[in-house]
Amino acid sequence: MAAIRIDQVRKRFGALQALDSVSLEIANGEFFGLLGPNGAGKTTLISIIAGLARADQGSVRILGHDVVTDFRAARRSIGVVPQELVFDPFFTVRETLRMQSGYFGISGNDAWIDEILHELGLTAKADTNMRALSGGMKRRVLVAQALVHKPPVIMLDEPTAGVDVELRQTLWRFIGRLNREGHTVVLTTHYLEEAQALCSRIAMLKTGAVVALDSTAALLKRISGSQLVVRLTTGSLPASLHHLLSHTEASSDTRQYTLRVNHHDEVEQILAQIRHAGLAIEDLRLHQADLEDVFIQIMGGRQ
Amino acid sequence: MTGFRTLLYKELLRFWKVATQTLTAPIVTAMLYLLIFGHVLEDHVQPFPGVAYTAFLVPGLVMMSVLQNAFANSSSSLIQSKITGNLVFILLTPLSHWEMFSAYVLAAMIRGFLVGLGVMLITLLFAKLSFVEPLWIVLFALLGAAILGTMGLIAGIWAEKFDQLAAFQNFLIVPATFLAGVFYSVHSLPPFWLAVSHANPFFYMIDGFRYGFFGYSDVAPLTSLYVVLLFFLVLSSIAVTLLKRGYKLRH
Repeated sequence: MAAIRIDQVRKRFGALQALDSVSLEIANGEFFGLLGPNGAGKTTLISIIAGLARADQGSVRILGHDVVTDFRAARRSIGVVPQELVFDPFFTVRETLRMQSGYFGISGNDAWIDEILHELGLTAKADTNMRALSGGMKRRVLVAQALVHKPPVIMLDEPTAGVDVELRQTLWRFIGRLNREGHTVVLTTHYLEEAQALCSRIAMLKTGAVVALDSTAALLKRISGSQLVVRLTTGSLPASLHHLLSHTEASSDTRQYTLRVNHHDEVEQILAQIRHAGLAIEDLRLHQADLEDVFIQIMGGRQ
Repeated sequence: MTGFRTLLYKELLRFWKVATQTLTAPIVTAMLYLLIFGHVLEDHVQPFPGVAYTAFLVPGLVMMSVLQNAFANSSSSLIQSKITGNLVFILLTPLSHWEMFSAYVLAAMIRGFLVGLGVMLITLLFAKLSFVEPLWIVLFALLGAAILGTMGLIAGIWAEKFDQLAAFQNFLIVPATFLAGVFYSVHSLPPFWLAVSHANPFFYMIDGFRYGFFGYSDVAPLTSLYVVLLFFLVLSSIAVTLLKRGYKLRH
Protein backbone atom coordinates (compact mmCIF):
# COMPACT_ATOMS: atom_id res chain seq x y z
CA MET A 1 0.00 0.00 0.00
CA ALA A 2 1.22 3.48 -0.85
CA ALA A 3 2.36 5.71 2.01
CA ILE A 4 0.63 8.64 0.32
CA ARG A 5 -1.69 8.43 -2.64
CA ILE A 6 -2.76 11.73 -4.19
CA ASP A 7 -5.46 11.41 -6.80
CA GLN A 8 -6.45 14.24 -9.17
CA VAL A 9 -6.25 16.92 -6.51
CA ARG A 10 -7.36 20.41 -7.51
CA LYS A 11 -7.36 23.50 -5.35
CA ARG A 12 -8.21 27.07 -6.24
CA PHE A 13 -7.69 30.23 -4.18
CA GLY A 14 -9.80 32.90 -5.88
CA ALA A 15 -8.35 33.41 -9.33
CA LEU A 16 -5.27 31.32 -8.59
CA GLN A 17 -5.31 27.64 -9.55
CA ALA A 18 -2.94 26.54 -6.79
CA LEU A 19 -3.09 22.83 -7.71
CA ASP A 20 -4.26 21.52 -11.04
CA SER A 21 -5.08 17.78 -11.10
CA VAL A 22 -2.09 16.62 -9.13
CA SER A 23 -1.65 12.85 -8.87
CA LEU A 24 1.25 11.26 -7.06
CA GLU A 25 2.01 8.03 -5.29
CA ILE A 26 4.70 7.84 -2.66
CA ALA A 27 5.71 4.34 -1.70
CA ASN A 28 6.29 3.05 1.80
CA GLY A 29 9.81 3.69 3.03
CA GLU A 30 10.70 6.21 0.34
CA PHE A 31 12.69 9.40 0.93
CA PHE A 32 10.72 11.58 -1.42
CA GLY A 33 11.49 15.13 -2.53
CA LEU A 34 8.83 17.64 -3.52
CA LEU A 35 10.55 20.47 -5.35
CA GLY A 36 9.43 23.58 -7.12
CA PRO A 37 9.85 27.35 -7.10
CA ASN A 38 7.96 29.57 -4.65
CA GLY A 39 4.26 29.54 -5.44
CA ALA A 40 4.38 26.19 -7.25
CA GLY A 41 1.86 24.70 -4.83
CA LYS A 42 4.12 22.60 -2.58
CA THR A 43 2.81 23.98 0.70
CA THR A 44 -0.81 23.84 -0.54
CA LEU A 45 -0.32 20.17 -1.39
CA ILE A 46 1.25 19.49 2.01
CA SER A 47 -1.61 21.33 3.72
CA ILE A 48 -4.15 19.16 1.93
CA ILE A 49 -2.27 15.97 2.86
CA ALA A 50 -2.07 17.17 6.47
CA GLY A 51 -5.75 18.15 6.64
CA LEU A 52 -5.00 21.85 7.14
CA ALA A 53 -6.67 22.64 3.83
CA ARG A 54 -9.30 20.85 1.81
CA ALA A 55 -9.06 19.94 -1.84
CA ASP A 56 -11.77 21.28 -4.16
CA GLN A 57 -11.64 17.98 -6.01
CA GLY A 58 -9.75 14.72 -5.80
CA SER A 59 -8.64 12.68 -2.83
CA VAL A 60 -5.62 12.00 -0.67
CA ARG A 61 -5.00 8.79 1.24
CA ILE A 62 -2.31 8.19 3.83
CA LEU A 63 -1.61 4.47 4.25
CA GLY A 64 -5.05 3.89 2.78
CA HIS A 65 -6.85 6.35 5.08
CA ASP A 66 -8.73 9.16 3.36
CA VAL A 67 -7.63 12.49 4.87
CA VAL A 68 -11.22 13.78 5.00
CA THR A 69 -13.51 10.82 5.69
CA ASP A 70 -11.02 8.87 7.83
CA PHE A 71 -9.11 11.85 9.19
CA ARG A 72 -8.31 10.37 12.60
CA ALA A 73 -6.42 7.37 11.22
CA ALA A 74 -4.86 9.51 8.49
CA ARG A 75 -3.53 12.07 10.97
CA ARG A 76 -2.21 9.37 13.29
CA SER A 77 -0.18 8.05 10.35
CA ILE A 78 1.57 11.30 9.54
CA GLY A 79 3.83 13.80 11.29
CA VAL A 80 4.10 17.23 9.73
CA VAL A 81 6.82 19.81 10.31
CA PRO A 82 5.23 23.10 9.22
CA GLN A 83 7.23 25.70 7.37
CA GLU A 84 6.29 28.60 9.65
CA LEU A 85 8.23 28.85 12.90
CA VAL A 86 5.28 28.66 15.31
CA PHE A 87 5.18 27.86 19.04
CA ASP A 88 2.96 28.19 22.09
CA PRO A 89 4.55 30.78 24.40
CA PHE A 90 2.80 29.45 27.51
CA PHE A 91 4.74 26.20 27.79
CA THR A 92 8.19 24.63 28.16
CA VAL A 93 9.69 22.27 25.59
CA ARG A 94 8.77 19.19 27.58
CA GLU A 95 5.23 20.40 28.27
CA THR A 96 4.83 21.12 24.57
CA LEU A 97 5.93 17.59 23.61
CA ARG A 98 3.85 15.89 26.31
CA MET A 99 0.76 17.75 25.19
CA GLN A 100 1.42 16.99 21.54
CA SER A 101 1.63 13.28 22.50
CA GLY A 102 -1.63 13.58 24.39
CA TYR A 103 -3.45 15.08 21.39
CA PHE A 104 -2.54 11.88 19.54
CA GLY A 105 -3.97 9.85 22.40
CA ILE A 106 -0.59 8.84 23.81
CA SER A 107 0.18 9.15 27.52
CA GLY A 108 3.37 8.09 29.30
CA ASN A 109 5.49 8.94 26.26
CA ASP A 110 8.51 10.22 28.19
CA ALA A 111 11.00 7.57 27.04
CA TRP A 112 10.43 8.44 23.38
CA ILE A 113 10.28 12.18 24.14
CA ASP A 114 13.66 11.90 25.88
CA GLU A 115 15.08 10.09 22.88
CA ILE A 116 13.81 12.74 20.47
CA LEU A 117 15.18 15.50 22.71
CA HIS A 118 18.54 13.74 22.76
CA GLU A 119 18.66 13.09 19.02
CA LEU A 120 17.78 16.69 18.21
CA GLY A 121 20.17 18.18 20.77
CA LEU A 122 17.35 19.58 22.91
CA THR A 123 17.96 17.75 26.20
CA ALA A 124 19.49 20.79 27.91
CA LYS A 125 16.49 22.92 26.88
CA ALA A 126 13.78 20.48 27.99
CA ASP A 127 12.52 22.69 30.83
CA THR A 128 13.03 26.01 29.08
CA ASN A 129 10.00 28.05 28.07
CA MET A 130 9.44 28.13 24.31
CA ARG A 131 9.67 31.95 24.34
CA ALA A 132 13.27 31.80 25.56
CA LEU A 133 14.53 29.57 22.72
CA SER A 134 16.52 30.78 19.72
CA GLY A 135 15.04 30.37 16.24
CA GLY A 136 17.11 27.26 15.56
CA MET A 137 16.02 25.65 18.83
CA LYS A 138 12.36 26.43 18.09
CA ARG A 139 12.81 24.75 14.71
CA ARG A 140 14.12 21.63 16.49
CA VAL A 141 11.04 21.59 18.73
CA LEU A 142 8.83 21.80 15.63
CA VAL A 143 10.54 18.69 14.30
CA ALA A 144 10.22 16.98 17.68
CA GLN A 145 6.48 17.78 17.84
CA ALA A 146 5.95 16.11 14.48
CA LEU A 147 7.62 12.92 15.73
CA VAL A 148 6.00 12.40 19.16
CA HIS A 149 3.55 9.82 17.85
CA LYS A 150 6.20 7.91 15.84
CA PRO A 151 4.35 8.55 12.58
CA PRO A 152 5.01 6.04 9.75
CA VAL A 153 5.01 9.01 7.35
CA ILE A 154 7.04 12.13 8.11
CA MET A 155 6.52 15.28 6.08
CA LEU A 156 8.94 18.20 6.35
CA ASP A 157 8.09 21.52 4.71
CA GLU A 158 11.37 23.39 4.21
CA PRO A 159 12.78 22.29 7.56
CA THR A 160 16.22 23.74 6.88
CA ALA A 161 15.24 27.23 5.70
CA GLY A 162 17.51 29.66 7.54
CA VAL A 163 19.00 26.94 9.71
CA ASP A 164 22.68 26.58 10.65
CA VAL A 165 24.95 23.75 9.52
CA GLU A 166 24.92 21.98 12.87
CA LEU A 167 21.14 21.66 12.98
CA ARG A 168 21.01 20.52 9.36
CA GLN A 169 23.45 17.75 10.11
CA THR A 170 21.68 16.76 13.34
CA LEU A 171 18.33 16.80 11.61
CA TRP A 172 19.37 14.73 8.59
CA ARG A 173 21.20 12.20 10.76
CA PHE A 174 18.02 11.63 12.79
CA ILE A 175 15.60 11.70 9.86
CA GLY A 176 17.96 9.39 7.92
CA ARG A 177 17.89 6.94 10.80
CA LEU A 178 14.09 7.00 10.92
CA ASN A 179 13.98 6.45 7.15
CA ARG A 180 16.29 3.44 7.45
CA GLU A 181 14.00 2.11 10.18
CA GLY A 182 11.13 2.18 7.71
CA HIS A 183 9.54 5.62 8.05
CA THR A 184 8.53 7.28 4.81
CA VAL A 185 9.93 10.80 4.49
CA VAL A 186 8.56 13.56 2.27
CA LEU A 187 10.67 16.68 2.02
CA THR A 188 10.26 20.05 0.39
CA THR A 189 13.32 22.24 0.18
CA HIS A 190 14.89 24.98 -1.87
CA TYR A 191 18.34 23.50 -1.23
CA LEU A 192 18.64 21.21 -4.22
CA GLU A 193 21.94 19.67 -3.13
CA GLU A 194 20.12 18.54 0.00
CA ALA A 195 17.36 16.92 -2.07
CA GLN A 196 19.94 15.32 -4.37
CA ALA A 197 21.85 13.85 -1.45
CA LEU A 198 18.82 12.58 0.49
CA CYS A 199 15.91 11.81 -1.81
CA SER A 200 15.59 8.61 -3.77
CA ARG A 201 12.73 10.00 -5.85
CA ILE A 202 11.65 13.50 -6.71
CA ALA A 203 8.55 15.25 -8.00
CA MET A 204 8.85 18.75 -9.41
CA LEU A 205 5.89 21.08 -9.22
CA LYS A 206 5.39 24.13 -11.40
CA THR A 207 2.33 26.42 -11.22
CA GLY A 208 0.29 23.74 -9.51
CA ALA A 209 1.12 20.79 -11.77
CA VAL A 210 3.62 17.94 -11.59
CA VAL A 211 6.14 18.58 -14.38
CA ALA A 212 8.64 15.85 -13.49
CA LEU A 213 8.44 12.67 -11.44
CA ASP A 214 11.33 10.27 -11.43
CA SER A 215 14.09 8.73 -9.38
CA THR A 216 16.84 11.20 -8.53
CA ALA A 217 19.33 9.13 -10.55
CA ALA A 218 17.10 9.17 -13.64
CA LEU A 219 16.53 12.91 -13.31
CA LEU A 220 20.27 13.48 -13.14
CA LYS A 221 20.75 11.38 -16.25
CA ARG A 222 18.57 13.83 -18.16
CA ILE A 223 21.62 16.02 -18.20
CA SER A 224 24.17 13.42 -19.14
CA GLY A 225 27.77 13.69 -18.12
CA SER A 226 29.38 16.99 -17.31
CA GLN A 227 29.43 20.47 -18.68
CA LEU A 228 32.47 22.30 -19.93
CA VAL A 229 32.21 26.04 -19.41
CA VAL A 230 34.53 27.92 -21.76
CA ARG A 231 35.10 31.66 -21.88
CA LEU A 232 36.88 32.92 -24.99
CA THR A 233 39.05 36.08 -25.05
CA THR A 234 37.59 37.15 -28.40
CA GLY A 235 35.48 35.75 -31.24
CA SER A 236 32.75 33.13 -31.12
CA LEU A 237 32.55 29.38 -30.81
CA PRO A 238 33.42 27.40 -34.00
CA ALA A 239 30.26 26.11 -35.77
CA SER A 240 31.57 22.55 -35.49
CA LEU A 241 30.99 22.69 -31.71
CA HIS A 242 27.51 24.21 -31.76
CA HIS A 243 25.80 20.82 -31.51
CA LEU A 244 27.33 20.38 -28.06
CA LEU A 245 25.90 23.62 -26.69
CA SER A 246 23.83 23.14 -23.59
CA HIS A 247 20.63 25.08 -23.31
CA THR A 248 20.26 24.76 -19.63
CA GLU A 249 21.81 28.08 -18.85
CA ALA A 250 21.03 31.31 -20.63
CA SER A 251 23.99 33.57 -20.07
CA SER A 252 24.26 37.27 -20.67
CA ASP A 253 27.96 36.76 -21.29
CA THR A 254 28.20 36.34 -25.08
CA ARG A 255 31.74 34.98 -24.93
CA GLN A 256 30.91 32.20 -22.49
CA TYR A 257 29.66 28.83 -23.71
CA THR A 258 28.44 25.76 -21.87
CA LEU A 259 29.12 22.50 -23.72
CA ARG A 260 27.89 19.01 -22.91
CA VAL A 261 30.68 16.49 -22.31
CA ASN A 262 29.96 12.78 -22.00
CA HIS A 263 33.53 11.58 -21.49
CA HIS A 264 36.51 13.40 -20.21
CA ASP A 265 38.52 12.62 -23.38
CA GLU A 266 36.06 14.75 -25.34
CA VAL A 267 37.44 17.77 -23.52
CA GLU A 268 40.75 17.30 -25.36
CA GLN A 269 38.99 17.31 -28.75
CA ILE A 270 36.96 20.43 -27.93
CA LEU A 271 40.04 22.32 -26.85
CA ALA A 272 41.87 21.21 -30.00
CA GLN A 273 39.08 22.53 -32.22
CA ILE A 274 39.06 25.88 -30.42
CA ARG A 275 42.86 26.17 -30.86
CA HIS A 276 42.53 25.14 -34.49
CA ALA A 277 40.05 27.99 -35.08
CA GLY A 278 42.71 30.36 -33.77
CA LEU A 279 40.77 31.29 -30.62
CA ALA A 280 42.22 31.82 -27.14
CA ILE A 281 40.60 30.61 -23.93
CA GLU A 282 40.33 33.06 -21.05
CA ASP A 283 38.69 30.76 -18.51
CA LEU A 284 37.78 27.11 -18.38
CA ARG A 285 36.01 24.87 -15.87
CA LEU A 286 34.44 21.44 -15.84
CA HIS A 287 31.10 21.26 -14.06
CA GLN A 288 29.45 18.04 -12.94
CA ALA A 289 25.76 18.23 -13.79
CA ASP A 290 23.62 18.31 -10.66
CA LEU A 291 20.00 18.52 -9.65
CA GLU A 292 20.06 22.29 -9.95
CA ASP A 293 20.79 21.99 -13.69
CA VAL A 294 17.93 19.52 -14.08
CA PHE A 295 15.67 21.80 -12.07
CA ILE A 296 16.50 24.83 -14.18
CA GLN A 297 16.02 22.86 -17.38
CA ILE A 298 12.63 21.56 -16.27
CA MET A 299 11.46 24.89 -14.93
CA GLY A 300 12.35 26.47 -18.27
CA GLY A 301 15.50 28.40 -17.61
CA ARG A 302 16.56 30.85 -14.96
CA GLN A 303 13.97 33.51 -14.30
CA MET B 1 -10.37 10.36 25.79
CA THR B 2 -6.65 11.12 26.14
CA GLY B 3 -6.85 13.68 23.34
CA PHE B 4 -9.77 15.50 24.95
CA ARG B 5 -8.16 15.33 28.39
CA THR B 6 -4.91 16.73 27.06
CA LEU B 7 -6.57 19.65 25.29
CA LEU B 8 -8.60 20.38 28.43
CA TYR B 9 -5.42 20.25 30.54
CA LYS B 10 -3.64 22.56 28.10
CA GLU B 11 -6.49 25.04 28.21
CA LEU B 12 -6.54 24.97 32.02
CA LEU B 13 -2.75 25.32 32.26
CA ARG B 14 -2.89 28.24 29.83
CA PHE B 15 -5.04 30.43 32.10
CA TRP B 16 -3.54 29.06 35.31
CA LYS B 17 -0.07 30.23 34.26
CA VAL B 18 -1.37 33.78 34.00
CA ALA B 19 -3.79 33.58 36.95
CA THR B 20 -3.20 37.18 38.04
CA GLN B 21 -4.75 38.34 34.81
CA THR B 22 -7.31 35.57 34.35
CA LEU B 23 -8.54 34.99 37.91
CA THR B 24 -7.43 37.67 40.37
CA ALA B 25 -8.12 40.71 38.16
CA PRO B 26 -11.78 39.89 37.42
CA ILE B 27 -12.41 39.11 41.11
CA VAL B 28 -11.01 42.53 42.07
CA THR B 29 -13.16 44.23 39.40
CA ALA B 30 -16.31 42.55 40.73
CA MET B 31 -15.41 43.67 44.25
CA LEU B 32 -15.14 47.26 43.05
CA TYR B 33 -18.62 47.07 41.54
CA LEU B 34 -19.98 45.73 44.79
CA LEU B 35 -18.30 48.37 46.94
CA ILE B 36 -19.29 51.30 44.73
CA PHE B 37 -22.84 50.34 43.77
CA GLY B 38 -23.52 48.82 47.16
CA HIS B 39 -22.39 52.00 48.89
CA VAL B 40 -24.35 54.34 46.61
CA LEU B 41 -27.57 52.36 46.30
CA GLU B 42 -27.88 50.35 49.51
CA ASP B 43 -30.33 52.74 51.18
CA HIS B 44 -32.25 53.71 48.03
CA VAL B 45 -33.14 50.50 46.25
CA GLN B 46 -34.87 47.38 47.45
CA PRO B 47 -35.49 45.18 44.42
CA PHE B 48 -37.16 42.28 46.27
CA PRO B 49 -39.06 42.58 49.54
CA GLY B 50 -36.79 41.95 52.50
CA VAL B 51 -33.63 41.66 50.37
CA ALA B 52 -30.95 44.32 50.84
CA TYR B 53 -29.54 45.83 47.63
CA THR B 54 -26.01 44.52 48.28
CA ALA B 55 -27.36 41.02 48.79
CA PHE B 56 -29.40 41.39 45.57
CA LEU B 57 -26.32 42.59 43.71
CA VAL B 58 -24.02 39.72 44.71
CA PRO B 59 -25.59 36.92 42.61
CA GLY B 60 -25.72 39.28 39.62
CA LEU B 61 -22.06 40.11 39.97
CA VAL B 62 -21.11 36.47 40.50
CA MET B 63 -23.00 35.42 37.39
CA MET B 64 -21.61 38.32 35.38
CA SER B 65 -18.09 37.24 36.35
CA VAL B 66 -18.83 33.63 35.44
CA LEU B 67 -20.21 34.65 32.04
CA GLN B 68 -17.59 37.19 31.07
CA ASN B 69 -14.68 34.98 32.08
CA ALA B 70 -16.04 31.90 30.38
CA PHE B 71 -16.32 33.95 27.19
CA ALA B 72 -12.86 35.47 27.63
CA ASN B 73 -11.22 32.09 28.09
CA SER B 74 -12.27 30.25 24.96
CA SER B 75 -12.25 33.33 22.74
CA SER B 76 -8.81 34.59 23.73
CA SER B 77 -7.27 31.12 23.62
CA LEU B 78 -8.50 30.53 20.08
CA ILE B 79 -7.66 33.94 18.68
CA GLN B 80 -4.17 33.79 20.19
CA SER B 81 -3.57 30.35 18.72
CA LYS B 82 -4.87 31.51 15.36
CA ILE B 83 -2.82 34.68 15.23
CA THR B 84 0.42 33.14 16.51
CA GLY B 85 -0.19 30.15 14.22
CA ASN B 86 0.19 27.48 16.91
CA LEU B 87 -3.38 26.30 16.36
CA VAL B 88 -1.73 24.14 13.70
CA PHE B 89 -0.53 21.80 16.48
CA ILE B 90 -4.15 21.02 17.30
CA LEU B 91 -5.38 20.97 13.70
CA LEU B 92 -2.73 18.39 12.74
CA THR B 93 -3.92 15.92 15.36
CA PRO B 94 -6.72 13.33 15.28
CA LEU B 95 -8.79 15.42 17.75
CA SER B 96 -12.39 15.45 16.56
CA HIS B 97 -14.68 18.48 16.45
CA TRP B 98 -16.55 17.10 19.49
CA GLU B 99 -13.35 16.77 21.49
CA MET B 100 -12.26 20.29 20.56
CA PHE B 101 -15.69 21.70 21.40
CA SER B 102 -15.96 20.01 24.78
CA ALA B 103 -12.38 20.76 25.84
CA TYR B 104 -12.58 24.47 24.98
CA VAL B 105 -16.02 24.90 26.52
CA LEU B 106 -15.26 22.91 29.67
CA ALA B 107 -12.04 24.86 30.29
CA ALA B 108 -14.00 28.09 29.83
CA MET B 109 -16.61 26.88 32.32
CA ILE B 110 -13.96 26.01 34.89
CA ARG B 111 -12.36 29.45 34.61
CA GLY B 112 -15.79 31.08 34.89
CA PHE B 113 -16.56 28.96 37.96
CA LEU B 114 -13.27 29.76 39.67
CA VAL B 115 -13.77 33.49 39.19
CA GLY B 116 -17.43 33.25 40.25
CA LEU B 117 -16.50 31.26 43.34
CA GLY B 118 -13.79 33.77 44.22
CA VAL B 119 -16.23 36.67 43.91
CA MET B 120 -18.84 34.87 45.99
CA LEU B 121 -16.46 33.93 48.81
CA ILE B 122 -15.14 37.47 49.13
CA THR B 123 -18.58 39.08 48.94
CA LEU B 124 -19.72 36.91 51.84
CA LEU B 125 -17.61 39.26 53.96
CA PHE B 126 -19.79 42.21 52.92
CA ALA B 127 -23.25 40.86 52.31
CA LYS B 128 -25.49 38.35 53.99
CA LEU B 129 -26.55 35.78 51.41
CA SER B 130 -29.16 33.09 51.50
CA PHE B 131 -29.03 29.93 49.41
CA VAL B 132 -32.69 28.94 49.07
CA GLU B 133 -32.38 26.59 46.08
CA PRO B 134 -28.70 25.61 45.70
CA LEU B 135 -29.44 23.19 42.86
CA TRP B 136 -30.80 26.02 40.71
CA ILE B 137 -27.73 28.10 41.49
CA VAL B 138 -25.42 25.36 40.23
CA LEU B 139 -27.61 24.54 37.23
CA PHE B 140 -27.80 28.12 35.96
CA ALA B 141 -24.11 28.73 36.63
CA LEU B 142 -23.28 25.59 34.63
CA LEU B 143 -25.49 26.49 31.70
CA GLY B 144 -24.51 30.16 31.69
CA ALA B 145 -20.81 29.29 31.68
CA ALA B 146 -21.34 26.70 28.94
CA ILE B 147 -23.24 29.22 26.80
CA LEU B 148 -20.61 31.91 27.12
CA GLY B 149 -17.77 29.40 26.63
CA THR B 150 -19.51 28.34 23.41
CA MET B 151 -20.01 31.96 22.33
CA GLY B 152 -16.31 32.56 22.97
CA LEU B 153 -15.49 29.58 20.82
CA ILE B 154 -17.66 30.88 17.97
CA ALA B 155 -16.22 34.39 18.30
CA GLY B 156 -12.67 33.00 18.36
CA ILE B 157 -13.31 30.95 15.22
CA TRP B 158 -14.93 33.88 13.43
CA ALA B 159 -12.54 36.69 14.41
CA GLU B 160 -9.38 37.12 12.38
CA LYS B 161 -7.95 39.98 14.39
CA PHE B 162 -7.95 41.02 18.04
CA ASP B 163 -10.05 44.11 17.33
CA GLN B 164 -12.82 42.01 15.78
CA LEU B 165 -12.91 39.92 18.93
CA ALA B 166 -12.87 43.08 21.08
CA ALA B 167 -15.86 44.39 19.09
CA PHE B 168 -17.74 41.14 19.72
CA GLN B 169 -16.98 41.46 23.42
CA ASN B 170 -17.61 45.20 23.83
CA PHE B 171 -20.67 45.59 21.63
CA LEU B 172 -22.39 42.28 22.30
CA ILE B 173 -21.28 40.44 25.44
CA VAL B 174 -20.79 43.38 27.81
CA PRO B 175 -24.05 45.24 26.93
CA ALA B 176 -26.02 41.98 26.98
CA THR B 177 -24.75 41.12 30.49
CA PHE B 178 -25.03 44.67 31.88
CA LEU B 179 -28.58 45.02 30.56
CA ALA B 180 -29.65 41.62 31.82
CA GLY B 181 -30.49 42.77 35.33
CA VAL B 182 -27.14 42.42 37.07
CA PHE B 183 -27.58 45.76 38.85
CA TYR B 184 -31.36 46.04 38.95
CA SER B 185 -34.59 44.10 38.83
CA VAL B 186 -36.02 44.42 35.32
CA HIS B 187 -39.44 45.01 36.89
CA SER B 188 -38.26 48.49 37.82
CA LEU B 189 -37.97 49.27 34.08
CA PRO B 190 -40.55 51.02 31.86
CA PRO B 191 -42.66 48.51 29.84
CA PHE B 192 -40.69 48.93 26.59
CA TRP B 193 -37.32 48.20 28.22
CA LEU B 194 -38.86 45.38 30.20
CA ALA B 195 -39.90 43.77 26.89
CA VAL B 196 -36.42 44.34 25.47
CA SER B 197 -34.90 42.70 28.54
CA HIS B 198 -37.12 39.68 28.05
CA ALA B 199 -35.68 39.26 24.55
CA ASN B 200 -32.16 39.07 26.01
CA PRO B 201 -31.16 35.46 26.76
CA PHE B 202 -28.62 36.71 29.30
CA PHE B 203 -31.49 38.02 31.42
CA TYR B 204 -32.79 34.48 31.94
CA MET B 205 -29.37 33.19 33.02
CA ILE B 206 -29.02 35.87 35.68
CA ASP B 207 -32.65 35.79 36.77
CA GLY B 208 -32.65 32.00 37.16
CA PHE B 209 -29.34 32.11 39.00
CA ARG B 210 -30.65 34.77 41.38
CA TYR B 211 -33.77 32.72 42.04
CA GLY B 212 -31.55 30.02 43.55
CA PHE B 213 -30.38 32.49 46.19
CA PHE B 214 -33.62 34.25 47.18
CA GLY B 215 -36.47 32.16 45.86
CA TYR B 216 -37.61 35.34 44.07
CA SER B 217 -37.25 36.01 40.40
CA ASP B 218 -38.63 38.26 37.65
CA VAL B 219 -39.88 35.28 35.62
CA ALA B 220 -40.59 31.68 36.63
CA PRO B 221 -37.28 29.78 37.01
CA LEU B 222 -38.51 26.91 34.87
CA THR B 223 -39.19 29.32 31.99
CA SER B 224 -35.66 30.67 32.39
CA LEU B 225 -34.28 27.14 32.37
CA TYR B 226 -36.03 26.30 29.09
CA VAL B 227 -34.87 29.50 27.42
CA VAL B 228 -31.30 28.99 28.58
CA LEU B 229 -31.26 25.32 27.57
CA LEU B 230 -32.59 26.15 24.11
CA PHE B 231 -30.04 28.93 23.70
CA PHE B 232 -27.23 26.55 24.63
CA LEU B 233 -28.42 23.89 22.20
CA VAL B 234 -28.61 26.37 19.32
CA LEU B 235 -25.19 27.86 20.04
CA SER B 236 -23.46 24.53 20.58
CA SER B 237 -24.79 23.11 17.32
CA ILE B 238 -23.47 26.20 15.53
CA ALA B 239 -20.06 25.82 17.21
CA VAL B 240 -19.78 22.09 16.51
CA THR B 241 -20.79 22.60 12.88
CA LEU B 242 -18.19 25.34 12.43
CA LEU B 243 -15.51 23.10 13.92
CA LYS B 244 -16.59 20.14 11.82
CA ARG B 245 -16.49 22.16 8.62
CA GLY B 246 -13.20 23.77 9.59
CA TYR B 247 -14.75 27.20 9.03
CA LYS B 248 -11.91 29.78 8.99
CA LEU B 249 -9.63 27.12 10.49
CA ARG B 250 -8.97 24.74 7.59
CA HIS B 251 -8.81 26.47 4.20
